[in-house]
Amino acid sequence: MTAVALRAEGLSRRFGETLALREVTLEVRQREVVGVVGENGAGKSTLLKLLAGAIAPDAGQISVRGAAVRWREIRDAADAGIGVMFQEPSLVPGVSVAENILLGHEGPAVRFGIIRWRKLFALAKVSLAKLGIKISPAAVTHSLSFSERQLVAFARALAVEARTREAPIILLDEPTSALDDRDIAAVLRAVEELRMRASVVFVSHRLEEVLRVCDRIYVMKDGQCVAECDARTSTVDALQRLMVGHAMGTDVTREVAASHVEGTVCLEVRQLGRRDEYADVTLAFRYGEVLGLAGAAGSGCEELCRTLFGIDAPQSGTMLLDGQVVTLRDPSDAVGRAIVYVPAERASEGVIGEMSVAANMTLAYLAQFCGRWAIDTRREWDVAELWIRQLRIATPSATARVSDLSGGNQQKVALAKWLVGERPRMLILDHPARGLDVLARRDILAAVRELARDGVCIVILADTLDDLLAVSDTVIVMRDGRISARYSVAGDRPTQQLILEGMV
Amino acid sequence: MESRHRPGILSVAPTAVRGALRASGPLLALLALTIGFALADSDFATIANLRVILDSAAVPLVLAVGMTFVIRQGSIDLSVEGMMAACSLLFACVVANDRMQVNLGWFGLPAAAALGGVFGLANGLVVTRLRVPSFMATLGMGAIALGAAMLMSGDQPPLIQDPVLRQWGLGQTFGLPNLALAAASCLVVGLFVEQYTRLGRYGYVIGGAEGVARASGLDVDFYKVLGFAFAGLLIGLAAAMESARLGLGHVGIGEGKMLGTITAVVIGGTPLSGGSGSVRGSAVGVLTLAVLANGMVFIGATPDLEKAIQGAIVLVAVVVANWHLRDRLRIVK
Repeated sequence: MTAVALRAEGLSRRFGETLALREVTLEVRQREVVGVVGENGAGKSTLLKLLAGAIAPDAGQISVRGAAVRWREIRDAADAGIGVMFQEPSLVPGVSVAENILLGHEGPAVRFGIIRWRKLFALAKVSLAKLGIKISPAAVTHSLSFSERQLVAFARALAVEARTREAPIILLDEPTSALDDRDIAAVLRAVEELRMRASVVFVSHRLEEVLRVCDRIYVMKDGQCVAECDARTSTVDALQRLMVGHAMGTDVTREVAASHVEGTVCLEVRQLGRRDEYADVTLAFRYGEVLGLAGAAGSGCEELCRTLFGIDAPQSGTMLLDGQVVTLRDPSDAVGRAIVYVPAERASEGVIGEMSVAANMTLAYLAQFCGRWAIDTRREWDVAELWIRQLRIATPSATARVSDLSGGNQQKVALAKWLVGERPRMLILDHPARGLDVLARRDILAAVRELARDGVCIVILADTLDDLLAVSDTVIVMRDGRISARYSVAGDRPTQQLILEGMV
Repeated sequence: MESRHRPGILSVAPTAVRGALRASGPLLALLALTIGFALADSDFATIANLRVILDSAAVPLVLAVGMTFVIRQGSIDLSVEGMMAACSLLFACVVANDRMQVNLGWFGLPAAAALGGVFGLANGLVVTRLRVPSFMATLGMGAIALGAAMLMSGDQPPLIQDPVLRQWGLGQTFGLPNLALAAASCLVVGLFVEQYTRLGRYGYVIGGAEGVARASGLDVDFYKVLGFAFAGLLIGLAAAMESARLGLGHVGIGEGKMLGTITAVVIGGTPLSGGSGSVRGSAVGVLTLAVLANGMVFIGATPDLEKAIQGAIVLVAVVVANWHLRDRLRIVK
């Protein structure tokens, strides 16, 4: 057996109230490609960030080539020969490709404090050539397409090779997401080649890829490492079963839904498309129906929701609201048409932490709470009290600051914001239960069902398929910007596996 | 909705033509303005008047070169006027003058620049160590410097009596104002630092994506401090140049310079949010303002009207410069 290159033992990490990672132990040997798979929110990215030194673990120990390490920043990990490609964009748009690849590690390209551009471009060219990428190192990064930027980020991760005498350790978080087949092939080929001289941790939601390039696979669920498989003997089915877990969710929050699906059409989209995001999306959203969108990052689900809320206009296709062709100029136009949106980033977009619970609830419909001269605080409080009871928001009072509430209760406030006024026509929920515990999650989902019963048309992006199946009447599965499957939950009874297959 | 942060999905990649237009837009505006004034008055486009314009652009250019680095890294420097006052007083007091028995001669220039550099360093340290936003930090530092300058000045501002320096401040070489030549050298230094040093290149990185810079292991704070110090150095130098021209150390020497400098930088294509822009563009911005101020006199505008028109042109320039960044959810503060 070859020596261990990277070892993590009992890693735990908490973000606020969420335990993102729970005692994860993992081992990467020399010249081995290790896959990490799991649903959204299973903790894959957190694990990678810990291994890369971007964040510190609350507990646990990382060791590199047998020596225990404690990194203060990403640079320390880089010095130890660890190269990373994060999922989020990590390139600087305004500078050249070469600068991005060698950022912070220019080495021989800087002499006596003076940048030698030719040397810099030459070094970058070597990195790019290793991946067979034909991008000029002098190109300005923001002029590249999304997939080109993805490849540059990959080249950047590999550039660690030039800096370390040891075999490098490369961490890749979804390196193939949003790439087309040709580029995916290039990336996978590069990973295969890396096996000769490096250790790789490969995170991807495309299970076929993982099975193809990896030697061993760790399966994560709810922040824990639930299984370790040999890639040669494992199958996509087996991995999916492990990812979803054995305890298939029982639908605690729903009764019957089938009747609602007969409701009239609220919003209809025909052949909707946006370049690089989604294409040919034809869907009908009905009053009283909860429509769940399932898809991995880059599948177009989130982008579609942005269009529904008027953030990004579609480049092709038509939208019909109550049968009338409609163009949403911007989000306030959407809100004016009673299409509202509860964002996933509640801290930055959902609630205003410094303001009171009551003020947060009424801020979107403040005009309705104005008396002749000023805001009618009496009525504002009454309404706030009502929704605090309805949604079971745990707050000392309606005047408490929202930032003092727990994440789940903040999310309830964000939801209540759209309920205090007139009923919205359409409610878009972006991961409403993200980071919530079981109880808060159930409250939120119950509130969603309640609203659907009142005739609101609801679109939901959920963190887990459990949630999605528990709350939706219809599930639309998207992959690579297109609808890959449609299920009526009551009629078809799709299994989680079936949906996962549509996603990957 | 992580996708919001993906660059390029929101802003369509510029075509070559669009990109070229954007890059040369400020230059085209400058040319149009110059031609317009030349057509309006035949005395505008003379060698003598060109000299006047270059002379008036000299000190603003030195300031704008430094300010470009500060704005590009996503900061702002509002201490220009106070720092210029302090550096002017120091300069006047260390060269041959009517108050003190020191005479550093030419070394007065580096002395003034050094004081500016120290102030800039202090700016940077307050911003990075004490985590005060640069807006407030430099505003405060400017007030401190102005106070110090007032103390140094007293009732009677020191007069510069070094004939060589006076001649430098007022005279010409090869038919060009000396100060304009000095400013041109600063421009060359600025261009070099921008293109060939990490201070320059990391300025783009830090202003463009500070998170990425930190995640890449850059010592962001170090380069930020360096940016402020570099700007301070040039502010000190600019103060010395203006003092040599005036012949005295003067508390009000920087009056109006701060806004003019920031305006020139923004007109020249550096967004206040940082991340892009160039010293070259800022130089064009400075010349635009100089031509504007000069041309206004020719077409008979009063100083008040000149201010108003200058303001209007600045607004138009900023709108044009930022046009491609329009996005429905972009937050403008």
